Amino acid sequence: MSGVAGDQDVVLSVRDLRTHFLTRDGAVRAVDGVSFDVKRGETLCIVGESGCGKSVSALSIMRLIPENVGRSMAGSVRLEGTELTTLSERQMRAIRGNRISMIFQEPMTSLNPVLTVGAQIAESLRIHQRLHQRAAWERAVEMLAMVRIADPARRAADYPHQLSGGMRQRVMIAIALACNPQVLIADEPTTALDVTIQAQILNLMLELKQRLGTAIVLITHDLGVVAETAQRAIVMYAGRKVEEAPVAELFRNPLHPYTRGLIDSIPRRTAAGRRTNIRGRLQEISGIVPSLREEIVGCAFAPRCSYAVERCSLERPGLDSHGPAHIAACWEAARVAGEAARAAPQ
Amino acid sequence: MAAVITAPVPAAARSLDWIRRNPTIVIGSAILGLFVAVALLAPWIAADPLSFDPLNRLKRPSQEFWFGTDQFGRDVYSRVVYGTRISLIVGVSVAVIATVIGLLVGVLCGYYRRLDDIVMRVMDGLMAIPAILLAIALITLMKASLLIVIIAISIPEIPRVVRLVRSVVLSVRGLPYIEAAVASGTRSRIIMTRHILPSTVAPLVVQSTYVCASAILIEAGLSFLGAGTPPEIPSWGNVISLGRAFFQISPWIIFFPGLMLAIAVLAINLVGDGLRDSLDPRIARRM
Repeated sequence: MSGVAGDQDVVLSVRDLRTHFLTRDGAVRAVDGVSFDVKRGETLCIVGESGCGKSVSALSIMRLIPENVGRSMAGSVRLEGTELTTLSERQMRAIRGNRISMIFQEPMTSLNPVLTVGAQIAESLRIHQRLHQRAAWERAVEMLAMVRIADPARRAADYPHQLSGGMRQRVMIAIALACNPQVLIADEPTTALDVTIQAQILNLMLELKQRLGTAIVLITHDLGVVAETAQRAIVMYAGRKVEEAPVAELFRNPLHPYTRGLIDSIPRRTAAGRRTNIRGRLQEISGIVPSLREEIVGCAFAPRCSYAVERCSLERPGLDSHGPAHIAACWEAARVAGEAARAAPQ
Repeated sequence: MAAVITAPVPAAARSLDWIRRNPTIVIGSAILGLFVAVALLAPWIAADPLSFDPLNRLKRPSQEFWFGTDQFGRDVYSRVVYGTRISLIVGVSVAVIATVIGLLVGVLCGYYRRLDDIVMRVMDGLMAIPAILLAIALITLMKASLLIVIIAISIPEIPRVVRLVRSVVLSVRGLPYIEAAVASGTRSRIIMTRHILPSTVAPLVVQSTYVCASAILIEAGLSFLGAGTPPEIPSWGNVISLGRAFFQISPWIIFFPGLMLAIAVLAINLVGDGLRDSLDPRIARRM
């Protein structure tokens, strides 16, 4: 845990967040005891494959999981000292889009097709900053200029279908940042965009983060994105955090076999066979994500893990500290680190 | 080449093109416009529809009485002209009432799922009863007047509108931009009015034309059965109802109001079909 002095810098603190969905076949533990801190102005990545609970974590923080789907939530989410989980819906509304915003994956459908983009940016300003129509519109045009949309005054009067996917995502960013939030949660903001646009959008987000001091929680399954953007990263697996480390450390010294697997499955340009992929073939992690319906005894990754020992399927590993700011939940972390170290210097 | 592509289409050519592509709207609106004009100008273009003329009973159509006269010597032409007013008033009022109430209930039902369970069962119950039967029952409970007729016809139409609006709301509600609006702290009321309501407009406009047409038919049907508009008001249904007894010797009494009824309903449906095709590109059949 971070020290007392460091706590001043924490804008978003998530403790033991649990979101379970009660279905006919039992509870689905989509998020099962996740804790993390986001410091002022930093970029934190949450990485993991589909279904590991990344998006549900984000929606839970925003309290956007509908109540009627049989969900049960527990844990604490503090935004600059304000406990969000106990706020009334009305109080929560005043915070959403104002102090904490979210960008979704689908820029194509996240904008209302019947309103101009300017009106949609202005709406957020009118709700939270009580700006009048005229002032909100002017600010909306400024926001469009800030997200680098050419000819913003004219573009503000355009409808979403008149914009490209990249431009729509810029508009989404403009909406999210219009009220200058402390935290921006971006749920796979670039997944639906093509690669050249992805880089532009990520750079734009980072640049605006620098300018506005907004902390970004970037949810992604793309380790390339993590390497380029984040200071710290959290690796999630089956609804739990399995490793957390500064990005450079995470790539250099992954301590959880799952993290290693993810890193190994990045295509590389090195001469064939240097590292773990002997035949130059792209590595994959065998097996599939476990069902979140059943109570998992031991480590959730054990069935797919090449390092697994008997203990792994009997006892769940705790999150242990391995060096500064580096924590991992693996019984065999020392062995994973050792092998990685042996593989690396060659 | 570029000049050809970017050359602005003259406004006249564009509107001509629009007319060519939407002939049903144009024809339907033209006929409807005519009916509206007749209704508005009734006092100037027709005689008193209620004045008896015992000397000219059951006269066939002539120079003097264009549509003939009925058994009291009343001018059928004048009665049909004044009947246009009644039919249009009933049609438009019912369309407005059913649409407004249906929209309100439909949006609330689509948005608040708990309300939905209760209200939709009530709507199902209402829909199970034939519209004419329900209207007759309501009218016999209260004193017959034009207002009561309008209300009685509106009530059975409401569930149809509610169902339509609700289905649109349900399909829009799940879209990411609604979630995005919630995520930026928008209040439910604003989400409903600003983000959901606009999507219901196109199907609702189309639906309201059908409601209007069916209201005119139901009013005529009720009057024909003697359960609708009070007989002293010359509605098309009343004229037809009175002419029924003399059908074999003077068919013109029911022929002309019947013809008007058919043309009016056809015109409204033409407009409705045209609007549907031009507002919803998915089902439009363009040449």
